[in-house]
Amino acid sequence: MIDTGLNIAAIRKDFPILQRKVNGYPLVYLDNAATSQTPRQVIDVIVDYYSNYNANIHRGVHALSQQATDAYEQARIKVQKHFNAALPREIIFTSGTTHSINLVASGFTGFLKEGDQVLVSAMEHHSNIVPWQMLCERSGATLKVIPMTPEGELDMEGFASQLNTRTKMVFCNHVSNALGTINPIETIIRKAHEVGAVVLVDGAQAAPHIKADMQKLDVDFYTVSAHKMCGPTGVGILYGKEEWLLKMPPYQGGGEMIEEVRFEKTTYAGLPHKFEAGTPNIAGGIAFGAAIDYMNGIGMEAIAHYEAELLAYATQKLLAIQGLRIYGTGREKTAVISFNIEGIHPYDIGTLLDQMGIAVRTGHHCAQPIMDYFKIPGTVRASFSFYNTVEEVDRLAAAVEKARQMLS
Amino acid sequence: MPTYRNFTEKPLMSIQEIQAEIVDEFALFDDWMQRYEYMIELGKSLPLIDEKYKDEDHIVKGCQSKVWVHAELKDDKLVFTADSDAIITKGIIAILVRAFSNQKPADIIEADTRFIDDIGLKEHLSPTRANGLVSMIKQLKLYAVAYQTQLN
Repeated sequence: MIDTGLNIAAIRKDFPILQRKVNGYPLVYLDNAATSQTPRQVIDVIVDYYSNYNANIHRGVHALSQQATDAYEQARIKVQKHFNAALPREIIFTSGTTHSINLVASGFTGFLKEGDQVLVSAMEHHSNIVPWQMLCERSGATLKVIPMTPEGELDMEGFASQLNTRTKMVFCNHVSNALGTINPIETIIRKAHEVGAVVLVDGAQAAPHIKADMQKLDVDFYTVSAHKMCGPTGVGILYGKEEWLLKMPPYQGGGEMIEEVRFEKTTYAGLPHKFEAGTPNIAGGIAFGAAIDYMNGIGMEAIAHYEAELLAYATQKLLAIQGLRIYGTGREKTAVISFNIEGIHPYDIGTLLDQMGIAVRTGHHCAQPIMDYFKIPGTVRASFSFYNTVEEVDRLAAAVEKARQMLS
Repeated sequence: MPTYRNFTEKPLMSIQEIQAEIVDEFALFDDWMQRYEYMIELGKSLPLIDEKYKDEDHIVKGCQSKVWVHAELKDDKLVFTADSDAIITKGIIAILVRAFSNQKPADIIEADTRFIDDIGLKEHLSPTRANGLVSMIKQLKLYAVAYQTQLN
């Protein structure tokens, strides 16, 4: 047993989905890096919203609209406090990390020119690569890559050597989705700022495990998806320093984001509404706030501590399996194990694990450059959350061993 | 009026008969782990594609693991060979090849694929694999259409 003071059995009761069976077995959910499960406390908030105060926000004069607006804006403040942003208006609600990144990529089109360089890490999710490639196509800037080591860590010397006065932007994830590596973003932000570059950190994978402090990090942009931290899908945030959000033009035009519309000229609303055109995912935003409350109720430090123990145990159990290799062996990792067994296709392992009620992800994890680096078609990825147990790790290890025997 | 395959001396079965046979075989097992074990076995009997055909032209698009299929006309029948880099996928394509190989292109075009549902295979595949299965069937039928045009 891992003793961290958390009552995991009690926590598991908060998650209705963890009680179900899959293919005749009690579900072992180890695909948390793709989507985390949702506790009753968050589901209740969504049900309550649609049952009691569903209304459009920011414009109605009636009670329901007021109540919905208050709850939505309260959620924004919860997010602001959790990530220690200086101002609530620095938190832009989006549909998730992908939307957040595209918003910034669009906003910076006019700020870059030919000869400028942007620097992207070698271990990014496609959503933190492709929008920047598109930005480069629009602006004429050049995309450069921060190299990676065989352990799946960023090569910081390589990073430093790429930085120069032409570097205008740097993009990096806080935690790699495919490998679990925690990147030294403090150093990256500081060094990038020394040459005057703007830094966007994709925090999608870090947010469920690490409480990032926007002001302490001094990061320019940080992106989060609610569905990776016990919240609903289709909602997330872009944190942006006020000075950049003021400089950037709006992303989408429409309702909500305007001050005054005339056919001659429209003036835009102030922050954060300038970037929130259209009716947002109101229930989702409110539920995101509830998810943050839920995680803080357990305690982010306790979560990180428990997950680290779980990771150590699972790593040792899996490495005992013949021919198993783990990708991403850096010193600082979240509870993600990406692996392959020699001579066996990851899809085959994933398929058999599913038959035994174990949910993992297989494939390239939307990070094809990493797979190309290791010269593999993909990996099996088991990603853990605070509601996973030692017994589930044992079931995973036994199932992987059974799959190995069947497929060898 | 039985006809015989000249190279096996076994009675030539229709696509429908082969499909029914496969459905019966899968019904013998109690659970899906056993069925997967059987699929892995079937994969080992797959008539393998010549290495020289393992190229972009023979890849089935829409599969997440790599699948190559080749077809050639022997007398008036279409003979399929295939391979995959994933073992279970190899089993799936082996089931399809068994059902459709050594058949007349016209019969392949006409054949329905309800046997896949009767086996229960689709529900037990991940969505990406189920899509891959659809792509494989489509590819076999496309070959049949192409060769049918040649025969006409």
